[in-house]
Amino acid sequence: MSTAPPAAAGGFARAGEPGGRERAPSGAGAADDAVVRVQDVHYGIAGHTIFAGLSLGVRRGSITAVMGPSGTGKTTLLRLIMGQAQADYGELRVFGENVARLPRERLYALRQRVGLLFQNGALLTDLSVFENVAFPVREHARLPEPVLRELVLMKLQAVGLRGAAELMPSELSGGMARRVALARAIVMDPEVLIYDEPFVGLDPISMGVICRLIQSLNQTLGITSIVVSHDVHEIGMIAHYSYLLSGGRVVAEGTPAQLTAASGEVVRQFMSGSPDGPVPFHYPAGDYFRQLIERAR
Amino acid sequence: MSWLIEGVRKLGTVGLFLVRLLGQSVLAFGRPRSIALQIYNTGSRSLVIVMLSGLFLGMVLGLQLFDLLQRFGSTSALGEASALALIKELGPVITALLFAGRAGTALASEIGLMGATDQLAAMDMMAVDPVRRVVAPRFIGGVIALPLLTAIFDCIGIYGTQLVGVGMMGAEPGTFWSQMQGAVGRHDVVEGIVKSLVFGALCSLIAVYEGYHAEATAEGVGLATTRTVVNSAVLILLFDYVLTAVFL
Repeated sequence: MSTAPPAAAGGFARAGEPGGRERAPSGAGAADDAVVRVQDVHYGIAGHTIFAGLSLGVRRGSITAVMGPSGTGKTTLLRLIMGQAQADYGELRVFGENVARLPRERLYALRQRVGLLFQNGALLTDLSVFENVAFPVREHARLPEPVLRELVLMKLQAVGLRGAAELMPSELSGGMARRVALARAIVMDPEVLIYDEPFVGLDPISMGVICRLIQSLNQTLGITSIVVSHDVHEIGMIAHYSYLLSGGRVVAEGTPAQLTAASGEVVRQFMSGSPDGPVPFHYPAGDYFRQLIERAR
Repeated sequence: MSWLIEGVRKLGTVGLFLVRLLGQSVLAFGRPRSIALQIYNTGSRSLVIVMLSGLFLGMVLGLQLFDLLQRFGSTSALGEASALALIKELGPVITALLFAGRAGTALASEIGLMGATDQLAAMDMMAVDPVRRVVAPRFIGGVIALPLLTAIFDCIGIYGTQLVGVGMMGAEPGTFWSQMQGAVGRHDVVEGIVKSLVFGALCSLIAVYEGYHAEATAEGVGLATTRTVVNSAVLILLFDYVLTAVFL
């Protein structure tokens, strides 16, 4: 379990009380140094409600985890934060700016301060590893080639892939691709780094490497990190503060230890990985036994 | 009625996309290397199929026209008739259809796959407009490549006609070339160039639009590719009629 950083989130939002979170989220959202603030957000797609009054905050310099069962809208939340989608109601502020109201130029200026690590890496397949990492710099800065080269190799060294600089994305393993994507995400020195399911499909070694990288980037560079994941164990090792989403809202929040100790049904089911509980394993369907009998008749 | 609403909605979406694309295309000219690469990708890689088709079409024209003109005793008009048919009509239309099948599908599937693998979203997240960086150079490349391919198709086609009409059927070579030189005017060449430019813009727009808006699945990319060919073919023939009527 990680120790709280100087700007630990635990201070700005009280831990989820035993029994889960049934209180207003104002504690998190009202934090003065919240880099990301989500306030009473409602969002739906094709008549299906994703968020119904979601509120949370991410404090500067912290590692904040957003957890929840599959389909709870974790990735959708990232899209809303990055301004790729707009909430039906409510407000999302990043660095104090309402992302839904920003014109494209200002939204792009804001995105230069925020890095996003995609679940699959999303490397540009026609560019080498080196060029992938250099891509944002070439687009936004006019650095002399030798300086650019040093910068890119330094970032690749940080993720342990300096030797793979000339490889193409098709020659990389899943874990390597994600590390390259991480190098690309940090090459512009963002203030906030968002990780979308960084541990999915990784072997334990790669998982440990990514965990350590997230932690060291946070500690050495002070990058505020938002980690979207459902890997309770890995998140517990690195996060300073966690939110658990279910049913379109935050059902529990607190430090990983507090979340583990929480007694709410959803929290207990999620943290223990139990198939029985308020989050159903089966998609809604009629009684299977009755259907079998009817078919037999 | 719903199909009408859907049609108008789609037309509006394409219109808005075109406005955005044209705006970004101006900025894309700041990267000439990227445009040159796309001219190579769309143009050079379609060259073999265009040259072969042009040669065979020209050879067929040589046979058919010679046979037809012989019935009226006017085989001297072979050069004039084949050149006008190729420059004004067959060259731009057939090259555009080949271009839609070869380069258009490649563009649509490439952009569609980039979307399906989050590459376009990743660019957008890195504050790089994917329309400027990916779509606009491909669109411009297509618009420039098609008239060049059409010119090559016309030349090879005329050579094919000469090969069969003069070489095999016995038309008089001096008459063949002099009739052609006398009959084909600047107006005919301009018509061919305008048609190929319009078809180039049309094919490229359809390909990049379908690719950019493809559903992020294997089936979605496949459907986008199919729609590119079908829509391009229909619209090329429709616009060909309109442009021919305008130039007459």
